[in-house]
Amino acid sequence: MSVLAAYSAGSALVWIVWVLAGFACLASGVAVVSFSNPFYSALALIANLGSLAVLYLLVSAEFVAAAQVLVYAGAVMVMFLFVIAYVGPVAQTPWAGGPRWQTVAAVLAAAAIFLEIVVVIGLKASGRLAHSEHVNATFGSPGWIGRLFLTDHLLAFEITSVVLLIAAVGGVILGSHTRRTQLEEASLK
Amino acid sequence: MSGPGIAWYLGVAGFLFGTGALGVLLRRNPLIVLLSLEIMLNGANLALIAFSRHAQNGAGQIFALAVMAVAASEVCVGLGLVVAIHRRNLALDVDRLSELRG
Repeated sequence: MSVLAAYSAGSALVWIVWVLAGFACLASGVAVVSFSNPFYSALALIANLGSLAVLYLLVSAEFVAAAQVLVYAGAVMVMFLFVIAYVGPVAQTPWAGGPRWQTVAAVLAAAAIFLEIVVVIGLKASGRLAHSEHVNATFGSPGWIGRLFLTDHLLAFEITSVVLLIAAVGGVILGSHTRRTQLEEASLK
Repeated sequence: MSGPGIAWYLGVAGFLFGTGALGVLLRRNPLIVLLSLEIMLNGANLALIAFSRHAQNGAGQIFALAVMAVAASEVCVGLGLVVAIHRRNLALDVDRLSELRG
């Protein structure tokens, strides 16, 4: 009896955490799209990434949750905030600009995408998705991910590093001041 | 310890993807378009990780980590573009930055 009570209490806690994290995820996602100030949108995206990390923890993806917080929320969003601060005050209401039918069409298109995902997954896989097997303790651990990266998915690992190098080189080139761009900027001011 | 089934995570992932698509279609500030792109990528990541848990296969998490690295690279280049555009005193408006179109 106490085992059943403990089991259902654990399950209730998982449900509570899931509902809180899921609600924070969806609400911050909508907030990113609806704020007019891009700084607030970036802060809402940080909340979104944090709640996603909680959801990853609930599915036993511990390393990915840590990487999400470190890389996404810690590095990518800081880069965003730097650029938003550099660009300065550019506040823009989301529903302004462009004809009215474009707004309606965009909302309908997004709703259609969401419904399509739900319908396709519901029709094709709802039976098989109902029950997930238990996983052992090493699932999602850093050592397990590292072993996979260095054995089964070595090519993905190496290509990812090449992509990051190319992006770093591209970022430096885009941000550099050559003499020609300095002359252009001086003539524009 | 049971909790919500995988289908619930996929529902959240689908909603995130649709919300990001809405942001990309609707907003004119390229910074917010990039933020909405990040939401779409995160929705796809959540779906990948949910399926990885369901199939007990590590490939989903590996793929999610590769997507994260690619998203970081794309944000780096996109923000470099935004900075370069701002430095030339052009308006940060995707409707007006359309000279390469057509």
